[in-house]
Amino acid sequence: MTELEAGRAQGLAPVRGGSVLQRYRDVLIALVAFAVLASVPLLTGSKALLDFVIRCSAYGLFATSLNLLVGYTGLTSFGHGMFFGLGAYSFGLIMQKLGVPIPVAFVATLAITALVAAAIGAICVRLKEIYFAFVTLAFQMLIHSTILSWASFTGGDQGLRGGIPRPVFLGIDLANHVHLYIASCALLILGLLGMRQIAQSPFGYTLRMIRDNAARASFLGIDVWRAKLTVFVLAALFAAMGGMVMALFVSGAYPEFAYWTISGEGIFINMLGGVSTFLGPMVGTVLLLLLNDTVTRFTEYHGIVLGVVILFFALGLRKGLLDFVAEWFSQRRDAGEGR
Amino acid sequence: MDLDALAGCLSSSACLVTQTTSGLIIGMLLFLVAVGLTLIFGVLKVVNFSHGAFYMFGAYFAMTAYQLTGSFALAMLAGAAGTAILGLIFERVFMSRVYGADVLMQLLVCYAFVLIFDDVVRLIWGPEFKAMGMPSAFQVMPLFIAGGVVPPYYLLLIGVALVAAIVLGIGLSRSRIGKVIRAAAQNPGMVSALGINTGLIYGGVFALGGMLAGLAGALAAPVRSLTPGMGFSVLIESFIVTVIGGMGSILGALIGALLLGLIRSFGSLGFPLFTEGLMYLFMVIVLVSKPTGLFGKEAA
Repeated sequence: MTELEAGRAQGLAPVRGGSVLQRYRDVLIALVAFAVLASVPLLTGSKALLDFVIRCSAYGLFATSLNLLVGYTGLTSFGHGMFFGLGAYSFGLIMQKLGVPIPVAFVATLAITALVAAAIGAICVRLKEIYFAFVTLAFQMLIHSTILSWASFTGGDQGLRGGIPRPVFLGIDLANHVHLYIASCALLILGLLGMRQIAQSPFGYTLRMIRDNAARASFLGIDVWRAKLTVFVLAALFAAMGGMVMALFVSGAYPEFAYWTISGEGIFINMLGGVSTFLGPMVGTVLLLLLNDTVTRFTEYHGIVLGVVILFFALGLRKGLLDFVAEWFSQRRDAGEGR
Repeated sequence: MDLDALAGCLSSSACLVTQTTSGLIIGMLLFLVAVGLTLIFGVLKVVNFSHGAFYMFGAYFAMTAYQLTGSFALAMLAGAAGTAILGLIFERVFMSRVYGADVLMQLLVCYAFVLIFDDVVRLIWGPEFKAMGMPSAFQVMPLFIAGGVVPPYYLLLIGVALVAAIVLGIGLSRSRIGKVIRAAAQNPGMVSALGINTGLIYGGVFALGGMLAGLAGALAAPVRSLTPGMGFSVLIESFIVTVIGGMGSILGALIGALLLGLIRSFGSLGFPLFTEGLMYLFMVIVLVSKPTGLFGKEAA
């Protein structure tokens, strides 16, 4: 819609100076973060640590993209994991069946995800709240069932086995553990930077307005359906990126990647870290993976421990960790100014 | 895909009867779980994500009571009463704290309890598959109806669920308590201002929902294997039922559950690998054409 573009152009003008400054700051932070992550293999030979960061990259991309929907637009998707699974499966299948270079498969997977997300999103974003949640869940389970039943193509419940070929491109050999680690970190940082740009753009503020008051946004001439669909597709792309990192990491794809529990974990990660800050889901990812890894080491009843921790967050803090910290800081600052 | 098997079954009365009864018992069990879910949503406006756990507890309680006493009736009672108490405690101690909060917070509390309850069952009863076994009273010759085989227990199961549906339907529309519950669903503030303890009603509705799920679990115990996590697939399916039938509608839950049961039993003939997919496809079609479900009212 032209109204949307007009709103975008108008919204951009007055805040341009600040937003450009902020963009430089974000890019700088991203570069520093990448430099820190990339120097880890030089300092330690711990394969477990690198594995942990790769898993954080996959889940972090996925959880942060879910936050674009849940936190920024107020669309509680229960089926976001389908794009995680779709990314993993498309990438794995393209690499196995066609044998194209990795970047080609990467772009092709994003294209497939965009098409599927546009088709599913066009149906889903018309619905509100709990109904939106359930239709996305239904689509997720539909994709999961398709993966299970189309065994000749996807490997069924055994998953996509036989490994994903990783031909060397541009001197990057993803079969090498350190190369894979650096590539995952680069994808994570690029993905986060991309999502940050979306969240801080005028379009990002349009999404916040839709979340807070869709009717008012509509009165102001914003095509709400179109904006929701756009963010639905964008979020799907980043989730698929997470799925591809996961597929490369495990060298395969499994039906669990498309199962609804992935979506549940995504929501849980968001709640754990907090949805009102951009990096909340990233904090949540690290927390959940750490929690999973440590708890499973000490007890086989990790459900009880995990459940109690969730209860502590839901009933005790009543918000995610980063939300809690951010609020605590702003309260302290207010108190300091009051004195 | 095996459409010949489906066509062959549809043209044979024996197979038709067998598949229809198996569809009906799936549907009736689903109805008992889904109707609790829909009641709790209708009155408390909460989606009880941990509802499957009550089904699971109902089955385990019934099994233990049956092993201790050997009485089938006591086993059913233990399943229903145990989960009712559990539901009451769960609502009063935990769920009542997040009524005003974000939907996500409510889901999170439920999600926590799904994890906790599954592990509690694993702690108490062990992780392996359990079987309650068919009570001796029902170990009799199956009935033959139009050439199809129908175990007598199936008839009991369908009968109990039907009675529950009728009692619930009439109770909610005619009795005084039913009217208070419906009023509380409409306007809890006003009901509370009229001197009625809404907290008690909320707890009661949750206990009733838990009891129905527990009863379903207890009824299913002789014909299904018991495992921690058994509530999960039932939960997802009863979600589909409530969404298809319309959130908050008892008639919708009944029709939705029966439709889903029949889709499952006949779908497993025609599309053995895509049976689950058929259910989700059906849900998508219903939701796209009528987002509030078949019998749902427009959201206020």
